[in-house]
Amino acid sequence: MVDMDELNKRFDIHNIANNKLAEIEKYKCHIYCCHSTGCKSSGSDDLIALIKQILEENSLSEEARVVATGCMGLCAQGPLIRVEINGKKDVLFKRLDANTTKTIMEKYVLPALKSEGEMVVADELKPYVLSLDLPFFTKQEKVVLKNAGSIDPEDIAEYMAHGGYLALEKALKTMTPQQVVEEIKKSGLRGRGGGGFSTGMKWELAAKVPTVDEKFIICNGDEGDPGAYMDRSILEGDPHAVIEGMMIAAYAIGATAGWFYVRAEYPLAVERLQKAIQACKRNRLLGNNIMGTNFSFNVDIRLGAGAFVCGEETALIHSIEGARGTPRPRPPYPTNKGLWEKPSCVNNVETLANISKILLKGADWFASFGTETSKGTKVFALTGQVEHSGLIEVPMGTTINEIVNEIGGGVPEGKKLKAVQSGGPSGGVIPAQHMNMPVCYEELKKIGSIMGSGGLIVIDDSSDMVALAKFYLDFTVDESCGKCAPCRIGGKQMLMLLDKINRGRGKKKDLELLKKIADAMKKASLCGLGQTAPNPVLSTLRFYEDEYTNKLLDGKVKE
Amino acid sequence: MDNDACLGCQTGDKWRRKRGSLIMALHEIQGVKGYVGWQDAMDLAKTMNIPLARVYEVLTFYNFFKLVAPGKAVISVCTGTACFLKGNDKVLERFKSELGIKEGESTPDGLFHLQVVRCVGCCGLAPVCVVNGRTYGRMTPEQVPVILNEWREAFKEEA
Repeated sequence: MVDMDELNKRFDIHNIANNKLAEIEKYKCHIYCCHSTGCKSSGSDDLIALIKQILEENSLSEEARVVATGCMGLCAQGPLIRVEINGKKDVLFKRLDANTTKTIMEKYVLPALKSEGEMVVADELKPYVLSLDLPFFTKQEKVVLKNAGSIDPEDIAEYMAHGGYLALEKALKTMTPQQVVEEIKKSGLRGRGGGGFSTGMKWELAAKVPTVDEKFIICNGDEGDPGAYMDRSILEGDPHAVIEGMMIAAYAIGATAGWFYVRAEYPLAVERLQKAIQACKRNRLLGNNIMGTNFSFNVDIRLGAGAFVCGEETALIHSIEGARGTPRPRPPYPTNKGLWEKPSCVNNVETLANISKILLKGADWFASFGTETSKGTKVFALTGQVEHSGLIEVPMGTTINEIVNEIGGGVPEGKKLKAVQSGGPSGGVIPAQHMNMPVCYEELKKIGSIMGSGGLIVIDDSSDMVALAKFYLDFTVDESCGKCAPCRIGGKQMLMLLDKINRGRGKKKDLELLKKIADAMKKASLCGLGQTAPNPVLSTLRFYEDEYTNKLLDGKVKE
Repeated sequence: MDNDACLGCQTGDKWRRKRGSLIMALHEIQGVKGYVGWQDAMDLAKTMNIPLARVYEVLTFYNFFKLVAPGKAVISVCTGTACFLKGNDKVLERFKSELGIKEGESTPDGLFHLQVVRCVGCCGLAPVCVVNGRTYGRMTPEQVPVILNEWREAFKEEA
């Protein structure tokens, strides 16, 4: 017979966490190597192997450990390695190759470990040091990305050592499902996938529908916006946070099973998620009677296959069912009739990653970040013509200026900022004169854009806004599923008009026609894709109409 | 047909008892062969007891799936926003002129397949292209022939 005490101890999360903490504390030196898609493609795999080899050759494997982490944020400067020795302030190295990594080990890590004295960065290494005092790092507020970049995402024990699954334990053992829903409602968390619907409200609606035989919680990881990779980085850097969030959601709404829907274009994210799920199963965090309670839950992964429209919840549900990803009219909402006609609740990756933090630290703590109506922090993928392109997390309400000029380091090559685009193909532009606008759901909507999932694309003054609008429309026309006429035909007609204007063959009346079709598409399309597809055109027309008229046969603006 | 050699049957067998598994089964076939051929689709439909029309309905809807064998090296040029702003169109043009094919086509020698993809999520490294899973960041048109030669050499060594 197996000793029950022994078994309980083996699967006790506190026990696992303490053992891991004790193990980590034994090391004097921690070498964190970014092992996310960005840095991996810049060659971080080889560097990790090299560092391990050097440590072994010097018999220092007992004193220093190498941690392959998730995204550290500054992808453009990768591969990145952060070294922490004797508890002193860590040093971040950028743009490394095998030679510089060797020098770092020989001139910095090894001497420091042997002498235990002061650590000096040799002159030859200085060009590779990325100051952690840069506004890029200091101005950020990491809640969702706290673990990414500092833990090994493939080690469940390390996640537990950083407080992982404590929130789940708290929910299962000390709270009723209603209390969990109330806490999330009180926090003011809103869906991070773009819509911005209150997460607590959604859960409340889903919880109210009785569970007859099955009820599902679905994680939307179909991050299709070009120029956005927040969800990829969260799944790659801290997959357990998303799983834990989903389990708490399942407990709150009474779901019987969970589904992750992830883009097939993100193989590393899928692999890490799979490993994390397996680790949960091994540690009895998934399955029957989780943590000795009555709560039983299991999850599975389904892959997308390159259809942008599948980010829309009803299309996503069709895709999980194994069918074409076409949306259907709502109501009935998925909370009533979703996957296989069963009540289902669809939440975005970043939304779920917030849940455990809210439960552990409290709704009031979470609500202390952000503005009146937009609470918490938001992860953005800051890309385009900006000095520090990468993944950032800031409190809601941070201004565009702070994000682009302070955190992002401004526009490079002496060019000027023209605008920032948010919300991808469903969003619009924020012109440079509105740089002091705080980023939150309402303000972005007012200016004709949307929060979207979090892509922020910086555009400099050399960019042609008509071409940009055409780029986005090209995308949505191509990705339209073709089910409803306003989107299928309207999008195509708008694209033809834009092309005509771009070729210098357009007339004034074409602009009027563009606006008319856009209006019809917004009002009559079946799903969010068609309803928002005209936004990039309308938004650029609103702020940069002279760029359009300058291209018209009969409309050149006077110089 | 011998079940051991039939990819469609094996995959179908593995997935048919699971719900919502058609797309997963198709992914698995493409993962092995690089595309989903007519015979695979037929075998899969039969084993999973799904009408062939349903299989093709799904296959043709999602642009991730390929219906014919691509070249040995699949070149994916990212056309996401960050890559667009940083001039990936010039990189794409260079690939087209160097290979003499358009996007979505393979070279006659069967070595290269050129395709454009929506954001690969490496916007920090823009402009980006991916060849058989290997990502090349900060691309310039000048790098195109270098990369192509790298792969040609690799294939020569293999042969």
